Amino acid sequence: MPLPLTAEDRLHLKTLQPQIAASPKGRGQLIPLLQMAQKALGYLPDEALSLVADHLAVTRSEVYGVASFYNQFRFNPPGKNPVKVCMGTACHVRGGEIILENFERKLEIREGETTEDREFSIERVACVGCCALAPVALVGETLHGHMAPSKVEGLVLRVRLEKEKAEREAAHS
Amino acid sequence: MAKLTTQDLEVIKSAQKARLAFRERTYLLICGGTGCHATGSIRVKDALLAAIEDKGLGDTVQVIETGCNGFCAMGPLLVVHPGDIFYQKLTVEDMPELVESHLINGKPVERLLYKDPVSKARIAAQTKIPFFAHQMPRALRNKGLINPESIDEYIGRDGYIGAAKALFDMTPQQIIEEMKISGMRGRGGAGFPTGVKWDFASKSAGAVKYVLCNADEGDPGAFMDRSILEADPHAVLEGMIIAAKAIDAHKGYIYARTEYPLAIKRLGIAIDQAKGYGLLGDNILGSALSFDIEIYQGAGAFVCGEETALMRSIEGKRGMPRPRPPFPAHKGLWEKPTILNNVETLANVPQIMVKGGAWYAGVGTQTSKGTKVFALSGDVNNIGLVEVPMGTPLRTIIYDIGGGIPNKRKFKAVQLGGPSGGCIPESHLDTPVDYEAIAKVGAIMGSGGAIVMDEKTCMVDMARFFMEFIQDESCGKCTPCREGTRRQLQILEKICEGRGEPDDIDILVELSQTIRETALCGLGQTGPNPVLSALRYFRDEFEAHIHEKRCPAKRCVALLRFEVEPDACTRCGMCFRACPADAIVWEKKEVARIDKEKCIKCLTCYDKCRFDAIF
Repeated sequence: MPLPLTAEDRLHLKTLQPQIAASPKGRGQLIPLLQMAQKALGYLPDEALSLVADHLAVTRSEVYGVASFYNQFRFNPPGKNPVKVCMGTACHVRGGEIILENFERKLEIREGETTEDREFSIERVACVGCCALAPVALVGETLHGHMAPSKVEGLVLRVRLEKEKAEREAAHS
Repeated sequence: MAKLTTQDLEVIKSAQKARLAFRERTYLLICGGTGCHATGSIRVKDALLAAIEDKGLGDTVQVIETGCNGFCAMGPLLVVHPGDIFYQKLTVEDMPELVESHLINGKPVERLLYKDPVSKARIAAQTKIPFFAHQMPRALRNKGLINPESIDEYIGRDGYIGAAKALFDMTPQQIIEEMKISGMRGRGGAGFPTGVKWDFASKSAGAVKYVLCNADEGDPGAFMDRSILEADPHAVLEGMIIAAKAIDAHKGYIYARTEYPLAIKRLGIAIDQAKGYGLLGDNILGSALSFDIEIYQGAGAFVCGEETALMRSIEGKRGMPRPRPPFPAHKGLWEKPTILNNVETLANVPQIMVKGGAWYAGVGTQTSKGTKVFALSGDVNNIGLVEVPMGTPLRTIIYDIGGGIPNKRKFKAVQLGGPSGGCIPESHLDTPVDYEAIAKVGAIMGSGGAIVMDEKTCMVDMARFFMEFIQDESCGKCTPCREGTRRQLQILEKICEGRGEPDDIDILVELSQTIRETALCGLGQTGPNPVLSALRYFRDEFEAHIHEKRCPAKRCVALLRFEVEPDACTRCGMCFRACPADAIVWEKKEVARIDKEKCIKCLTCYDKCRFDAIF
């Protein structure tokens, strides 16, 4: 079951609509438009797929067919701090799977899922090309090299502490 | 910006002379590749600038952020010219000392220099460091030297001179002839002669043709193309312009992985600059050729590295391959004649125009000419980007350049060619880098991923890993790949979990042969290679898993007992300190014990124990 849209999602959809309407209409635009939608919303809810389908005058199933083919596109909202664990060969040799397993245990979700508070999600990625730093994980946009099981806890804790700090500061001001 | 002519290129080139010969000032080249960014090079650069400002050296010192230097494992990196002094693993705190000691007192900071892992000696000059000393940079000739966001610096290094020559002094047929003489073969992996490919497309009839650049570097463990794009994006654009003249195309696309944001950003900057100078667009340099390039961001599908799938993807469809013929040189993107070349191939083209095909073919073997870039990683001391002449033995790459295996462990195999390739054991390490020689020992040249594995790597687990990747990335169009690889994966999983049966090996071999012969595209046809090559050289490991329910490398969790062998334990406590779950019970001078209630089976203790005492 898809998660219901949040108010924030609706706002993003609203700004996305004119952007899509202003884009060229060729069939070759399908993937760039899906990338644009995902950039705005963080994922592709049904409503976004419909926007793209209507604009290009193709069926929604056709749009879904293309979107579901590519790894980049997701149909669940990502966490605010998406964790991406590299599963490339160099990372595998250096124990990437163990890092993934540690994130899963620490966050109590499986790969592909989002924590209930929508703070974290876990994904596996094929290779981020930083093999020199293997094993590698991304938290948000930040890349962390030479990962170890003991580092996982620290990373998660750091994000949570920063969030608490930000909340405290917001409460004070 | 004004549109340039050939004469203008020479003017820009001479204006860059002092900078590129490192004259008149001190140049600090700080690496700005993805690897160094990840280790903090941006903060180091800011601290360096602040320290320079602080000492009032702004007029005599210039800091330049270059693309990937190649020695990624040592980042953040800085090279100081003149002197070619190589600094590694820098931190923000090191900067004031570096500026004071090196820039003011002329004394390099000893402790920040490279330390040879064998002799333990510090080496100051970059070119003297074994990692660099055995290399021959051609595709990577500008790495670590120029600012990738400056077109003028690229022109200063003979940039766009090759394109000018091709546009004004050569016919399309002469360009193709030069490519044929160079012996250049596709660096994406398949090794098809580039000149021949261009010849087909140039002879195809049609007013609309396309030049595509394959920057969808999907092989896990490969980062050659990313580094070239980050360090020298103009070389790829120039290669495409030359290809456009050769086949008479007016439009080009670079199909780049969306996972490479820095490469895409720098490509975008390069395209804008080239357009501004009239090196892309209508009548390039005043010639008859009009050619434009657009970046197309791939959406993450390994199969899109296959040429027909890549073209479907640009057309906005599911990236599924189709049978060939018709070949793309006749019917490619939007059914028009199209050539697709890999990043590394294109980056070599400008130099071939400037120096001639015979120069390029001057190094190499009978059938493999020029140089090849490898992304060396895994269990090896010096991880990074390596460019060597064809014919170089693999042993040289791993031991002389790579510095051998860390942690006093033994070499087991090197994996070449990613999920389509195979592993090469110690007994074949003297195999030269050559398309045919590597194929003979059961691997492929591939795009250049070279992953070194030590004795702690389980080859059954590696076969399972690659099969999982293939199965995940199979597009589902043809049955042998979709169903066959799934079946193979199930069998390999079963073996790793200790449920292997005696005839599993025979079934794996039989399935492999069928998939090889019947799958539609290269992804499927080569998919069984990792399994076949693992079986060829490490059959005993498969048998140990199946018959003895034992994983000799101690990697397969289901086959481990997580117990300490008291006689082997030296009571050092390494496992105790490393365990992230506090599952190890240990006190000084006592044998360690694993509390199975707490153990999370993460294998950290197996990795840390130097005495093989945990089983």
